[in-house]
Amino acid sequence: MRLDFTVVLQFLDVIALGMLWTIAITLGAALLSFFGGIVLAVIALYAPILVRLPFRLFAWMFMGTPLLLQLFLIYFGLVQIGIDLPAFVAGVIGLGLHFSVYNSELIQTSIQAIDKGQMEAARTMGLSRWQALRKVVIPQAVRDVIPPIGNNMIALLKDSALVSVIGVSELTLSAQLAIGRTYRPFEFYVAAAVGYYMINLALEAVLRRIERRIEAAR
Amino acid sequence: MTETKPFIDIRHAQKSFGALEVLKDINLSVQKGQIVAIIGPSGSGKSTLLRAINDLDPLTGGEVWLEDMQINKKLPHRQYEKHINNVRQQIGMVFQHFNLFPHLKVHENITLAPKMLKGLSDAQARKLAEEQLDKVGMLDRIDYYPSRLSGGQKQRVAIARALAMKPKVMLFDEATSALDPELVEEVNLVMKKLAEEHMTMIIVTHEMSFAESVCDRVLFMDEGVVVEEGPPEVIFRAPKSERTQSFLRKHLEGVRR
Repeated sequence: MRLDFTVVLQFLDVIALGMLWTIAITLGAALLSFFGGIVLAVIALYAPILVRLPFRLFAWMFMGTPLLLQLFLIYFGLVQIGIDLPAFVAGVIGLGLHFSVYNSELIQTSIQAIDKGQMEAARTMGLSRWQALRKVVIPQAVRDVIPPIGNNMIALLKDSALVSVIGVSELTLSAQLAIGRTYRPFEFYVAAAVGYYMINLALEAVLRRIERRIEAAR
Repeated sequence: MTETKPFIDIRHAQKSFGALEVLKDINLSVQKGQIVAIIGPSGSGKSTLLRAINDLDPLTGGEVWLEDMQINKKLPHRQYEKHINNVRQQIGMVFQHFNLFPHLKVHENITLAPKMLKGLSDAQARKLAEEQLDKVGMLDRIDYYPSRLSGGQKQRVAIARALAMKPKVMLFDEATSALDPELVEEVNLVMKKLAEEHMTMIIVTHEMSFAESVCDRVLFMDEGVVVEEGPPEVIFRAPKSERTQSFLRKHLEGVRR
């Protein structure tokens, strides 16, 4: 069979829709992992030990086991205990929690690196520890790790292909559907690759803008 | 001097880090509007004493009073936090390394605490920032980020930030020690102006001539005790203690060198 990329054009709507789902799932999981990362970092550093330990276990679970397994567990496993999530939601939660653990590691280190004088100055004006963390320490800590968090988000975009296995018709699954109809795996996998690459470029452009903004505020 | 009720009263302050005793039974009363300098070699405990006043470095013994209120009173944790946050709003502090918030613009540095703690509106906050910055001659830098300011400018903003909470007392922890010599004067001028406005101030400093010119009283501390205290003309011109004499002599040599 000769290669014929024009066949992709006939399924352009399927591929485009797949890209939109990939973007949606990446954005949702990115937001969850960003704020989840901050929350986990604060818990890891400041919560009493009885709160910290279960979260430690949770973090270990998400870092020490395959993401694929985590998605299966959230989508298929939780049904058994009465939590029946739509595939998209399960995908966002799985990816989001997985990457929030990685983001949390970055943010923890960064919080600890913020000069102690910052907390002291805030406290001497009468701010509570939590107010000082929220307004003074955490914003600086997060700002300092935006570039590595950006790298995590690019990894997240690529790993979002995994949610195809729980039936979210994102880019990878869309390509597979098209292949099932046309028996042209090469053309459609290449088309999907181009799709990922385009989203990646857009994501990098956004990240660069954020970084430049932060740099301007230094 | 007429003895009225002290404004800040430190009674039998004691502080240990394990076996190391850094403050040994220190007493210090400061009247309203008085300006007290604490001098002494590094490691003498002068910064620790200053930081005990607003409980940044809690004492292990003794009491600190602000007017009729004990600052370091024993309370359950939650209540104590509330109490101490309230106390700290009334005590301004200026640090050696400024500790401005680098992610916030100058005016945001100044209005962060007033907005959060006193519920100022944006317009009120802006006005407050303008007033305080005008006082320290930094109004034209209101929208700058701290990274674009010189050391002296940073410290002036830090003073404005502390003043924005309308404190009853100002604590200065070696406010000019981290500055290049040519930038010291602009900060000293701001502090002098505060002195003229009768702000109660406690100043830990290595600058003897400044201390002599603005302070009502000088404490010389060494190894966790107050060795000598008195009016600046006595402490600097005719110190009684040999330790004070030798410290000042060494210091003078250091300045000349």
